[in-house]
Amino acid sequence: MNFEPVIGIEVHVELATDSKMFCGCAVSFGEEPNTNVCPTCLGLPGALPVPNSAALDAIIGIGLALNCDVAPNSVFHRKNYFYADLPKNYQISQFDVPVCVDGHLDISVNGTIHRVGIERAHMEEDTGKSTHLGGGGRIDSAEATLLDFNRSGVPLVEVVSRPEIYSAAQARAYAQGLREVVAELGVSDARLEEGSIRFDANISIRPVGDENLGTKVEIKNMNSFRSLELAVAYEIDRQTQLVDSGGTVVQETRHWDEEAGITQSMRTKEGSSDYRYFAEPDLTPMAMDEEWVDRIRASLPELPDARRARYQASGVDPALSAVLSSADAPIRRLFDATVAAGGPARPAASWLTGEVTAWIRKTGTDPANLELTGESLAELLGLIETNTVSASAAKEVLDGVLLGEGSPTEVAEARDLLQISDTDEINSAVDQILSENPDALESLRSGEQKVLGYLVGQVMRATNGKADPGLVNQLIRSRAGI
Amino acid sequence: MPVEIDIAHVAKLARLDLTPDEMEGYRSQLGVILEHAAKVQSLEGDPEAHPEGDVTHPLGLVNAFRDDEVRPSLDRAEVLASAPESRDGYYVVPPALEI
Amino acid sequence: MSIAHAGRALRDGTLTATDLLGSVLRKASETEAQIHAYLNIDRTGAEEAAARADADFGDGIDRGPLQGIPIALKDNMVTRGLETTAASQILAGYVPPYDATVVTKLRNTGAVIVGKTNLDEFAMGSSTENSAYGTSYNPWDITRVPGGSSGGSAAAVAVGSALAGLGSDTGGSIRQPASLCGVVGMKPTYGTVSRYGLIAFASSLDQIGPLTKTVEDSALTLSALWGHDPLDATSYRGDYPNPTRELGHGVEGLRIGVVSELRGDGYEPDVESAVSDMVDRLSGAGAEIVELSLPTFDIALSSYYLIAPAEASANLARFDGIRYGHRADGDTTEEMMSRSRAEGFGPEVTRRILLGTYALSAGYYDAFYGQAQRVRSAIRADFARAYANVEVLVSPTSPTAAFKAGERTQDPLAMYLSDICTIPCNLSGDPAISVPLGLDRDGLPIGFQVMAPALGETMLYRVASAVEELAGFDASPELAMVAT
Ligand SMILES: [Mg+2]
Ligand SMILES: [Zn+2]
Repeated sequence: MNFEPVIGIEVHVELATDSKMFCGCAVSFGEEPNTNVCPTCLGLPGALPVPNSAALDAIIGIGLALNCDVAPNSVFHRKNYFYADLPKNYQISQFDVPVCVDGHLDISVNGTIHRVGIERAHMEEDTGKSTHLGGGGRIDSAEATLLDFNRSGVPLVEVVSRPEIYSAAQARAYAQGLREVVAELGVSDARLEEGSIRFDANISIRPVGDENLGTKVEIKNMNSFRSLELAVAYEIDRQTQLVDSGGTVVQETRHWDEEAGITQSMRTKEGSSDYRYFAEPDLTPMAMDEEWVDRIRASLPELPDARRARYQASGVDPALSAVLSSADAPIRRLFDATVAAGGPARPAASWLTGEVTAWIRKTGTDPANLELTGESLAELLGLIETNTVSASAAKEVLDGVLLGEGSPTEVAEARDLLQISDTDEINSAVDQILSENPDALESLRSGEQKVLGYLVGQVMRATNGKADPGLVNQLIRSRAGI
Repeated sequence: MPVEIDIAHVAKLARLDLTPDEMEGYRSQLGVILEHAAKVQSLEGDPEAHPEGDVTHPLGLVNAFRDDEVRPSLDRAEVLASAPESRDGYYVVPPALEI
Repeated sequence: MSIAHAGRALRDGTLTATDLLGSVLRKASETEAQIHAYLNIDRTGAEEAAARADADFGDGIDRGPLQGIPIALKDNMVTRGLETTAASQILAGYVPPYDATVVTKLRNTGAVIVGKTNLDEFAMGSSTENSAYGTSYNPWDITRVPGGSSGGSAAAVAVGSALAGLGSDTGGSIRQPASLCGVVGMKPTYGTVSRYGLIAFASSLDQIGPLTKTVEDSALTLSALWGHDPLDATSYRGDYPNPTRELGHGVEGLRIGVVSELRGDGYEPDVESAVSDMVDRLSGAGAEIVELSLPTFDIALSSYYLIAPAEASANLARFDGIRYGHRADGDTTEEMMSRSRAEGFGPEVTRRILLGTYALSAGYYDAFYGQAQRVRSAIRADFARAYANVEVLVSPTSPTAAFKAGERTQDPLAMYLSDICTIPCNLSGDPAISVPLGLDRDGLPIGFQVMAPALGETMLYRVASAVEELAGFDASPELAMVAT
């Protein structure tokens, strides 16, 4: 039987607010353990939560960026479960009335755009951190667990996709797209390696053409886009082989073992499905009125989707638009400045994401401190367009400009890179080469086209590459009478 | 109306390590209390008139937020002084088995 | 001595805060062996505070009516550096690193905190018999309970080992012990006194309030306690009423509603006759008496005994043996937590945690917790209808006077019925007060409850002061002196 995978992804995004979600402790990483703690985030008897308005601004921004509806009214709930790193033994989260619902994110895999529905985005608080001592880091043979509550109460936005992702590659693209959005909004550090973005994937398979969802398995512990893609692919394979060999998938949570490259069943909380949600009585309801939502909307930066569309409208093809859109901000600003200075869009995008980016990487220069301006790049592209410099010489010109040697024209002159447009000079070079290669000329006349390239090359060499190869080509042909 | 109670399950959810005798005692007491409490089901009139979520703050408060400002945290030594076990600035517990 | 009276003496120089504290501490040493109102008397802290108050008076600094006044705190309000246990074994020896907002306010206003008073464990109970550190006893008859859960504060005020006590009222825990001890106990409008630092029982119902000898003292104490607190998201941000403005203005022309559901079966005859006698007197003083039925009151208790335990089951989840409090042995975190909790919580607390966990659990939520919330909403609607026609509602505070210690401990439901008159105002969030009327045939105090709509404290205190005057109750309990 043929199966198709159905995948839903939950993403937890840690917000980079100054203070925590419900208390005034600093949001700060890498501090000494238990130094950013107070009665509220330690769950001391008598302490109360007060929500951080900046975190709510951030989730509204995320919701708008993901094309969600912002609920006019929303409430916090208590999600009850016991765990050592959850100080109150309930998490303040949201249940049936989240802040954002019903959005989507467009992703592109191999040039095909796919729309993934977003069910909801809700506000909650992070837990503390457990370190399991002994047993080589394995939780089931640890001798003790150390607890640090610095992370406890850091604001988290949980974004839940609909089960509308159908391959490991799509899963990766979705996660990357979401990261791109929150990074662009500036609401999160968006660093996977520090855990500021975390993914869980729900994966099931079903016979192709079937409408119902199969039994889903939840995968945790994927710390990079690559491990997300590998874990999803592995799990799809595992389920397919299992069903093919007559087995059935059981609903469970599995752990991605990065080193072994497999998912493994994990022990889960007893009765973990019974969270006994109820409305958080320590907090008032929230009313997100139009004024608030409009204020956030007005403050949003241009988002990747809109940016790609704008690049395409200016004449850059979709693939290059995507590359440029995810380039560093200074590169994107240079593109805009180049176009504003009258430079052609497609070559500008191509040069910026190609040569310029390569040069930055090679030299380790900060892209914000380039000697290149929009005007100078537009000038360089103009020199290429008018055949004043050849494409290969242009790379040298760029190098000179980036090294601060002057404007493109100045560099081309100083480095003697201008093409020869003087026909007499080229004519004499052609004459000289043809007289030195009578056999080749004869072969050309008799229809052997391949010697044309050889002859052109000889002329180019004689002119130190400064002749316009098109013109040389044309002159040789007319001499040969073909 | 007698109420069914899986007391062992409830005790487990509430993380209370009770003996079988204790559980049996609580089960029967809860039965009596819940039978009385079940009177809430006799609420008359249109149930829609009194939706569950209607019980918000009696003064109608909404949007009680704070500005994103950092306030001083507690002194770690003072906080850890209350901990049954701590080491190197961390709270210490026996190993967690379940995740 | 009343706060108002002491305040005048402190200001005209005929009394010092240190002397006042001395007489209060003497009273405590005479009475504690019999009534056990306090879990912990902070003699050193109190003496320092009294000395500061005296220095302030000497410097002409007046921080308000509580300056120099000895006040007892129910031990579910956290005090930095002073053990706070909520009368639970699970918090034995716990010293909080911060002060509750009400404690900060008391300190800033120059009040003298005498110590921490006894209560039912985590404020769950109506007799203080659920304290892990022993029962308190009623000063009017030491074989009887003082009521609860703020029984320690009520008893302390009744015998004069504090001029005022702070209590917390979730289902009547200020008003019922006030009634049983013959003092004034008041629960303010929900959201007006900060809950920050009050060890939560049921967050949507808990409210801190004063226990005092007189209605005026109650109004003065409340004035010092309440106000917006940015650390409590449920704290009211608007204008606050003036509790003292209409004290002594009488009831002429006011419409007073008598709740017909709060009498009959289960109400002691002396309680009923004292209450109806007061209603007659109010009528005689010019009030219009209106008989009112609030049918949802019949199921208020049921609603309460689902909502309060449900919230409590989550509020008490944090007591897990990790960051503070009692820890049992265990090979795993899970085992350690479950044992710590089973060992640390007493039977009533355990019962309510189980009850609340059940009411919220999958498959039972709608029939129990969800439905209880609907009833709560209907109760609010009933109150709103009533307050369209009357300024205040009145009833007994408790269906009975103080009962014998041990009488109801084996019957949780009978104990729960102690709060049948007080619970509706917790569910609605409205303010209510208990004012002593007099003594029953056994010499036990009877309390009269006045209820007002949210933020109706000015009217509430006006009527309460009229009740106080009409009752003319000024007896004090006479304890056999026991030297300690
Ligand atoms: Mg979550
Ligand atoms: Zn904090």
